[in-house]
Amino acid sequence: MSYIGRFKSEINSFRILKLFTFFIAALPVAGAAMAAEVNVYSYRQPALMQPLFDKFTAETGIEVNSLFAEKGLAERIKAEGVNSPADIILVTDIARLSEAVEAGITQPVDSKTLATAIPASLRDPANQWFALTRRARVIYASKERVKDGEVTTYEALAEPQWKGRICSRSGASDYNVALLAAQIAHHGEAEAAQWLKGLRANLARKPQGDDRAQIKAVAQGECDIALGNSYYMAVMLADPAQRPAAEAVNILFPNQQDVGAHVNISGMAMTKYAPNRDAAIKLMEFLSGKEAQQLYAEINNEYPVSPDVPWSALMQSWGKFKADALPLAEIARHRVRALEIVYETGFDQ
Amino acid sequence: MRPASISDRGMTGVADRPSVMARLRPDPWRIGALIVAALVAMPVFSIAWLALNPERNIWPHLANTVLPHMLQTTGLLLAGVGFGTAVLGVGTAWLVSLCRFPGRRIFEWALLAPFAMPAYLTAYTYVDFLEFAGPVQTGLRAMMGWARPADYWFPEIRSLGGAILVLSLTLYPYVYLSARTAFLQQSAGALEVSRTLGQGPWAVFFRVALPMARPAIVVGVILALMEALGDFGTVDYFAVRTLTAGIYDVWLGMGNAGGAAQIALALLGFVLLLITLERMARRDRRFHSMGGPMRATPLYDLSPLKAGAAIAACSLPLIFGFLIPAGILVQMALSRLSLSLNAAFFGYALNSLLLAAVAALFAVCIGLFLAYGARLSAGRGQKILTRIASVGYVIPGAVLALGVMIPFGAFDNALDAMLRSYFGISTGLLLSGTVVAVLFAYVVRFLALSFGALESGLTRITPAMDMASRSLGQGRGGTLWRVHLPLLRGPILTAVLLVFVDCMKELPATLILRPFNFDTLATHVYTFASLGRLEDSALAGLCIVFAGILPVIVLSRAITGRHARVSTD
Repeated sequence: MSYIGRFKSEINSFRILKLFTFFIAALPVAGAAMAAEVNVYSYRQPALMQPLFDKFTAETGIEVNSLFAEKGLAERIKAEGVNSPADIILVTDIARLSEAVEAGITQPVDSKTLATAIPASLRDPANQWFALTRRARVIYASKERVKDGEVTTYEALAEPQWKGRICSRSGASDYNVALLAAQIAHHGEAEAAQWLKGLRANLARKPQGDDRAQIKAVAQGECDIALGNSYYMAVMLADPAQRPAAEAVNILFPNQQDVGAHVNISGMAMTKYAPNRDAAIKLMEFLSGKEAQQLYAEINNEYPVSPDVPWSALMQSWGKFKADALPLAEIARHRVRALEIVYETGFDQ
Repeated sequence: MRPASISDRGMTGVADRPSVMARLRPDPWRIGALIVAALVAMPVFSIAWLALNPERNIWPHLANTVLPHMLQTTGLLLAGVGFGTAVLGVGTAWLVSLCRFPGRRIFEWALLAPFAMPAYLTAYTYVDFLEFAGPVQTGLRAMMGWARPADYWFPEIRSLGGAILVLSLTLYPYVYLSARTAFLQQSAGALEVSRTLGQGPWAVFFRVALPMARPAIVVGVILALMEALGDFGTVDYFAVRTLTAGIYDVWLGMGNAGGAAQIALALLGFVLLLITLERMARRDRRFHSMGGPMRATPLYDLSPLKAGAAIAACSLPLIFGFLIPAGILVQMALSRLSLSLNAAFFGYALNSLLLAAVAALFAVCIGLFLAYGARLSAGRGQKILTRIASVGYVIPGAVLALGVMIPFGAFDNALDAMLRSYFGISTGLLLSGTVVAVLFAYVVRFLALSFGALESGLTRITPAMDMASRSLGQGRGGTLWRVHLPLLRGPILTAVLLVFVDCMKELPATLILRPFNFDTLATHVYTFASLGRLEDSALAGLCIVFAGILPVIVLSRAITGRHARVSTD
């Protein structure tokens, strides 16, 4: 008994409480003592972003902490709530941006710099998100087996003359769903579904692989045309092993006589509880700036959002093209329905 | 005929049958096991909570469109992988455990090598190698003068068959390991008795050894099936649309995490059903080894012809599951030495090794605690909770990550809010976004591996052991420490091995839960692969393989080492 009594008197509850609060209080202090920093959750690959972050740090002295994942980052911001360390979220697709806004994890940014650098059509009217680059969904056609002018529109891909000659990645992939959403916006659901059915009937093989795999298949003769994002051509040309495949195909911008080629964006948004708001605005403005835009556009051969920034030499060689002027929000709006149509047509089966 | 050493249903279980009064008394084992099981089951409950709050109801549409096809594909995949892993795993385990042929000692550990290959890497190498644009078909076309696909026939690698083949080749080690541990632990007496009663090797295998090893084999097959179900990367390469592919479509394509959680729960229910069915089929039969391996079972000597067949049988999974894909990776790595082995790279390797080791330790301790708790005195509630806690493996990693971040975020924010209002101190996020979250996810995900191995290990120990130990004055803790632990050496090492290697390979949960600027070997490989240039990360991929193979060899030696020592007694 006396032993327990002594034990009790020595460690009274007050002391434990003091010790505990000290331990807890010490944790965030350690974090706050560090230099200015900004935290980025990125759906974009680090290899594409790191050179930009490095440049930003060199210019401003602000450290950039980044975290890359292909999915789940928006959910993580939501779960982390008011204490989330994330300041900026970088995304690869308009749908992801509008989902983040709808989930209530973003906040508007009112910046003159951003407003002047990025055309109004490429940012949210309420300033919740901003585009950083654009890419076109183009047609890759065999130089050998597809004559010039033989295919000029997305719509033509559903025509019977292409039976057994088209390769495609999964219809449920982000980029194909966005393209179908644009088709819905232009032609209505019924016609878009009909188009997808026609396209499916023309497939040379079950949908598989990524955009690059489609280009390879065209080069190897498994099919004659495929859909893909514009930058894959550049990526493959830069790779000695893949260069021959890229050289065997032509890059065609569809629908130049009417609505223009379907375009999607990569973009950014500030999180609702961004702890480093000032530093985050600086980074966002930097990324929209001329220098960063040029660098970004060169690293991944995407089209800069700023009209003043020159394209890379390779992209210039593909020529100017007419981009679909459909508002991005419109594409995001039809997205779920588009995926449902993919399912209804059994595109991937 | 009943196998000799399967005890009859008359044998009483270990579970204490206390009086009503005693049952009301708080029991530290029971309460502890309940708390641990509840903690580990937390992510599953978070996913259930997510599933209750979907952005919209997807089922009517799914049911009318792709669901039947997805269910059919999933069912066929499971049937194929179940059959493939069972045949490969049990067959090779029997050969190396009970037959004598040249190379047996090497095959013993080498047969585990495919396990160190992440399935997504094996899948990638095969698809890249065998597809239309790959080197094999390109070479064939150049040689034979073919040009178009219509000119010749070649099996489509991106197909259900391809996925079944590759998944069986990478997942059979689960079955091999548990079957071999079971064969080694089987009492030599039982096998010898059946031999002296005139049974040939085949009859001994099918009528005695196989039924006795059944719980262990089933555990292995179920683990393989769970991994096949939860896997997305591999089946995606093969363009096979399983339910898991549906999860990602619904989540990413429709922005509907709740709908994805619902499908994940359906997967989980599917596995619980499988496990329950197997238990019901086993019903009251118990599978205790009465004697234990006092000495090693004498090996069958094979004639040269049969030895050749045994070597061929053991070589096939090794060649196709490991040597070919690893060879392709080596060739890729040699063709591009663009990846520099700098200090950062060793940092990634260190992260991987440390995380995997700590997670393996936790998973084995918790698995043992739960398995022993269940053996002692599990009430129905705890049994269900334990079962739920140990099926996290079937939930795709990315969805499990959601299940981890939700309770962690809620805890952190609640603590922060409380301390703010009482003391004016902000704690911020204590657990979210730290390695603790990653470790927790590993333990939850891979507890199925350690729990399965340990539970089946415990099943093989007769309750008579517990009774003898208890009647000799040992408590339940003492019985575990002095009796079960030494007997469980094999299963414990197996559990450590399985969890460690799987943690080394784990990718989706690590990606989502990790802290800033933190990489493991797997995430490092992935950041290259996500750019579509796996070739550039082939070297890092090989590092995962070899970091995984070392412990495989060491632990495999340790498992057989004991066997060898016993045989010299």
